[in-house]
Amino acid sequence: MTSSSVVRASAAARAADARDPWRSRLTRADVRFAPYLFIAPFFVLFAIFGAFPLVYTGWVSLHDWHLIGDHTFVGLDNYTALFSDPDFWNALKNTVGIFVIATVPQLLMALGMANLLNRKIRARTFFRMGVLIPNVTSVAAVGIVFGQLFARDVGLVNYVITSLGLDAVDWQANTWSSWIAIATMVDWRWTGYNTLILLGAMQAIPKELFEAASLDGAAPWQQFWRITVPQLRPTLVFTVIISTIGGLQLFTEPVIFGNGRMLGGTLGQFQTVTMYMYETAFQRFQYGYGAAIAWALFGLIVVFSLINLLIVRRAAR
Amino acid sequence: MSTMKAASVRLWRTSPATYIALIVGCVTSLFPIYWMFVVATRSNDVINDVPPPLLPGAALADNVGRVFANEHAAFAYGLVNSLVVSSVVTLSVVFFSTLAGFAFAKLRFRGRNGMLMVIIGTMMVPVQLGLIPLYMLMVKIGWNGHLQAVIVPFLVSGFGVFMMRQYAAEAISDELVEAARVDGCSTFRIYWNVVLPVLRPAAAVLGLLTFMQTWNEFIWPYAVLDANTPTVQLSLSLLATAYYTDYAQVFAATALATLPLFAVFILFGRQIIGGIMEGSIKS
Repeated sequence: MTSSSVVRASAAARAADARDPWRSRLTRADVRFAPYLFIAPFFVLFAIFGAFPLVYTGWVSLHDWHLIGDHTFVGLDNYTALFSDPDFWNALKNTVGIFVIATVPQLLMALGMANLLNRKIRARTFFRMGVLIPNVTSVAAVGIVFGQLFARDVGLVNYVITSLGLDAVDWQANTWSSWIAIATMVDWRWTGYNTLILLGAMQAIPKELFEAASLDGAAPWQQFWRITVPQLRPTLVFTVIISTIGGLQLFTEPVIFGNGRMLGGTLGQFQTVTMYMYETAFQRFQYGYGAAIAWALFGLIVVFSLINLLIVRRAAR
Repeated sequence: MSTMKAASVRLWRTSPATYIALIVGCVTSLFPIYWMFVVATRSNDVINDVPPPLLPGAALADNVGRVFANEHAAFAYGLVNSLVVSSVVTLSVVFFSTLAGFAFAKLRFRGRNGMLMVIIGTMMVPVQLGLIPLYMLMVKIGWNGHLQAVIVPFLVSGFGVFMMRQYAAEAISDELVEAARVDGCSTFRIYWNVVLPVLRPAAAVLGLLTFMQTWNEFIWPYAVLDANTPTVQLSLSLLATAYYTDYAQVFAATALATLPLFAVFILFGRQIIGGIMEGSIKS
C-alpha cells in the first residue's frame, strides 16, 4: 500500500477551486468524508449483528440465564461446570475425532488431485467443474443423500459391503462408523474446493525452480516434496486454518445424519460441540451455559488453529 | 533446444493413469448427485430392491407433486423465501463490498490500514459464536420467525470487502480515478461510473459465491425461523426428518432445492473456479 496508489485529494480540489468556491468546499467535504461513508455500512451492521452478539455471549455466559425469568450472575461457574461435564467432553472428543479423520485424508487427496490437474490435460474445465460440484450442493442435501447411502438396511454402501461377502454395518450405531460416515460427507463436499485452491497456488510457482531441479536430475516425486509442497506452504496454512474453523463447528451433517435430533445417536456417539451448544440453548433453554460452550468452542478454534499453524509450518519446511 | 526446455517444464507427463485417476475423482464427485436424481425419479418400493436401481425411473412428476402438496414442509414457500433472501443479500453484499473495497484500495483517509485489519479480523470469527445472543436479540426486536432475521445480519461481508479491496487495488489505475476527479465527478459518481464497471468480473464472482452460500445457509435459519416462514434448506430438513422413510419424496425435494445452484454453476462455473483459484494466490 504505497502512497502512489492513492488519489491525491489536493489535485482534485484545486481543479474544482478554479470553477467556483462553493463547489470547491463541497468537493473538499466529499473527498474527506466519502471514504468513511463508503465503509460505514459494514461497520454499523457488523457492530450490531457481529460484534455485539460476540461480546454479549461473554456476558451471558457469566449468568444463569433462561429465556423467561431471572438471570443471576454466577461468575465463572458455567465454565467450571463445563470442565466437569462428561457430555461436553464427549462432544469435544467427537468433534476433534471427526475433524482429524476428515481433514487429514481430505488435504492429502486435494494435494493429489491438484497435482493431477496441474498437468497438460484435455477437458480441463470439465474436470475442474467435476471436482468442485459437490461444494455447490447444500450441506443439508449432502446430509440427506449420504444419510441414505449409509442407511443400515437400504443403504448403497451396505449393499456394496454385503456383496463383497462382509457383514453389513450399522453406521449410526457405533462411534467409529458414524465418525467415518460424517467425515465422508465433509470430505466429499470440501476436497474439490481445496483442490482448486491448491491448484491455483501450484500454478503460481515459478517454473524455473523445476527446470533447475530437472537439470540436477531430481525425480518428479523428489521435486513434488522438495519444491511444490514447500512452495505451497502459505496456501496449505490457509486451507488448514479454514478447515479447522469449519471442522470444529461441524453441525449440519451430523444433525441430518441423526434425523434432525441434536443428541447425535443413542449414546451421543456423534454429537458435536455445536450440537451440544444448540441442544443446551435452544432445547433446554439454558442460555448462560450454552454461551459458555460457545466461548469454549471459540477458544478451541484459536488453539487448534495455532497448533495446526505450527505443525504445517514445520512439516512443509 | 527450445523443445527440450518445454519438455522439462512439464514435470509430470500426462499418462492414461492421469485420466483414470481424474475420472475416478469426478465419478466420486458426481455419483451421489446422480444417485439423488435416480431416487427422485423412482417410487419408494423399488429403492429397497436388490440390486438397487441405478437408472432413472418415471416417478419424478409424482414425487415432485407430493413434495409441493406436503403442508408440513411448505416447500414452495421455502423456495420463494430463499430466492428473496439470497437475492437481497447478494445485491447488498456486492454493493457494499465494492463500495468499501474501492475506498480501502483507492481513497486516502485516516485509520485506513487499521480498519482494514479489523475487517480481516472479522473473517476469523466463527458464526456459531454469536448464535445465542443473536437469537436473543431477534426475540427482543420481534424478528424471530420473520425473513428479515436471515437477511439483515448478512447484508455486509468482511470477506467481500477484503476480496474487492484486493481486486480494486490491482485493477483500477490511479490515473483513471484522478481524471474523473478533475472532470468534477463526486466520489460516488467515480465509484458508480468508473470503478464499478472495472470491478464487474470480480463482483460477479463475489455475487455468485454469496448467492450460493446464502441459499445453502442452514444453522441460522434453523434456529431463528420456523415452519411458517421457512427457507428452502429448512423445508428440506423438516421434510427429511419427518418423512425419512419416504426417500422418493425427500430426494425429489433435495433435487429441487439443489437444481437452481447447479444451473448457476453450469452457467458460471468457469468464473467461480477462476475466483477460487485466484483467491488462493492472494491470500
